[in-house]
Amino acid sequence: MSDSKTGTKASPPMPHSRFSPAGAVGMLFRGISKANRTYGVEWWIMIVGIVIVLFVAYCALLPQTIAPFGPNNQNAGPQLSPPSAAHLFGTDNLNRDVFSRVIWGSRTILGVAFAAALVSSLIGIPLGLFSGYVGGAVDRILSLVMDSVYAFPGLILAIAFAAMLGPGVVNITLAVAVIYIPTYFRLVRGQTLQLKQQLYVEAARSIGAKRGTILFRYIFPNIIATVVVVFSLNIADAITTEAALSYIGLGLPAGIPDWGMDLSMGKSFLPSGVWWMITFPGMMIMLLALGFTMLGEGLAEILNPRLLEK
Amino acid sequence: MKGLLRYIVTRIALTIPMVFVLLTIVFVVLRVMPGDPVSAFLGGHAPQSVIDQKKEELGLNKPIYVQYVNYLGQIARFNLGNSMVLDQTVWSAIRDKLPATIELTLFGMFFTLLIGVPLGAFAARNRRSPADFGIRIFGNVAYCIPVYWMGLMLQLVFAVWLHWFPVAGRTGARVVISTFSTTGFYVLDAIIHGNIPILLDVLDHLFLPSITLGIVLSGVFIRLTRANMLDTLKADFILAAHARGVPDRIVTYRHGLKNAFVPILTMLGLQFAILLSGAILTETTFSWPGMGRLLVERIYLRDYPVVQGVIVIFAIMVSVISLIVDLLYALIDPRVKY
Repeated sequence: MSDSKTGTKASPPMPHSRFSPAGAVGMLFRGISKANRTYGVEWWIMIVGIVIVLFVAYCALLPQTIAPFGPNNQNAGPQLSPPSAAHLFGTDNLNRDVFSRVIWGSRTILGVAFAAALVSSLIGIPLGLFSGYVGGAVDRILSLVMDSVYAFPGLILAIAFAAMLGPGVVNITLAVAVIYIPTYFRLVRGQTLQLKQQLYVEAARSIGAKRGTILFRYIFPNIIATVVVVFSLNIADAITTEAALSYIGLGLPAGIPDWGMDLSMGKSFLPSGVWWMITFPGMMIMLLALGFTMLGEGLAEILNPRLLEK
Repeated sequence: MKGLLRYIVTRIALTIPMVFVLLTIVFVVLRVMPGDPVSAFLGGHAPQSVIDQKKEELGLNKPIYVQYVNYLGQIARFNLGNSMVLDQTVWSAIRDKLPATIELTLFGMFFTLLIGVPLGAFAARNRRSPADFGIRIFGNVAYCIPVYWMGLMLQLVFAVWLHWFPVAGRTGARVVISTFSTTGFYVLDAIIHGNIPILLDVLDHLFLPSITLGIVLSGVFIRLTRANMLDTLKADFILAAHARGVPDRIVTYRHGLKNAFVPILTMLGLQFAILLSGAILTETTFSWPGMGRLLVERIYLRDYPVVQGVIVIFAIMVSVISLIVDLLYALIDPRVKY
């Protein structure tokens, strides 16, 4: 326990103040081997997650450096040709290069999932803090509403939202964001209920700290570790939800490359054995979701050393 | 026993606010949010008079609180209104789709437990072994597989390439629909009528969609079973059983798994919502004529009373399932206080 606790703060002391590339590499290796000894498998899970996320993030930021064709280029090659050297993932029914579409599509899904997770955390966290701290009737009503939304199948709620708002990047982000608000609310509220009993919070109250100060300066910092983990897992979930919405045709207007939409297009060519149109976009959805899940899981084990006791 | 009865009554009473809140949320999403179903349905160029007339027909011209009361009143009388597109009541549109979705969900749940619980228990028993590691990886990956993609891939491999199963649909082309008018649950109907070929045909169609759901959802149950088993196996009564010389396998699976099962049951209730979401997507993949496809089809047609009806039914279903799970929980685990 005490060992892993010191490990959380582990940053090797700087041997000398001047920066040198060799020194940096050496420090990196020392850091890796130390973390490896302290955390074991969990650490590697997190690293793999980070690598996947960074890779897709690179695709999203600079797709033109990887993709040989534009996402909507209808002269990329022959129609429905299987994967080849010229077209790594083959071409689709509109002569577009599937590989290029997959690379460009990462921008859409990553942007929407990240923005959605951000929006729901920005709403859910303050509500949870407030509700847990204030208690009483406000807390009971908010909890009832949040628990009900939480119990409801998220996708159906998102479908209803998306259907009413119509297609569009902002609309789909909101539709995805709504269903994750209760996740943050429940998490933050539960922890606030525990933390507000702590002596240091009472001390803050007794010296007349304002409610906002107590919530955000005293209670919130103790929740950050958990929130970070949930945020990462939340993005993973938002990715599959976004793709699901566009898979059933409620997502984005045509012209924006999107993995879910590519899947639903590929679906109609599936009976004739066109496997490449569905295999690659779907694989990317899974990979990206897996990356964020692994990142979150690894973080959870590292940030919460008690789990390591098992 | 009296305590149990009181618990049941209290729990049923507690379901009412939940249903109420859910119905309110559905109302807020579909009516208070921006976006006007009538003009959307009639298209942008419809004259105002036509729009107004349609709104009056549907009661959408009234103040929002009157609409809200009417909406709740209608649902309380089990009246979901009429379709805007087809000449049918909302209930008649839903009636034969609901059993299809429930059937798919139940079989999906069956496969989920069939895959998840034994694998999780096995992993817990052989903790930190390569098998444990492999099962955990499988669980994590399965959890991340988008259910619709899993469906497409299984369809591709087992239906299109290998021809082991039909690609889509609920029955083969030769099956007479009238066989299925008894309950709407095709498996049940085929058994009632004692029609073995039809039963096999129905199961054949049911297999791929439900195993899709089963594989994807098993991830959660592997993890949950494993975690609960690890906790349970640390308990004193397990040690006592070992001390008495009970064989290891029996201790693990009979003593341990039985006790680890209560939280799994609770999870089953929570997972039901995810299962329903998954079923909707799987329906789209396998052209399964259920609630999910109805919902998506009617969204395209902008048949908003049916959309509302489908979501209301889902809301009620979720509340009832959570009620049932809680009651089962109280019945199974005598330690639950009521």
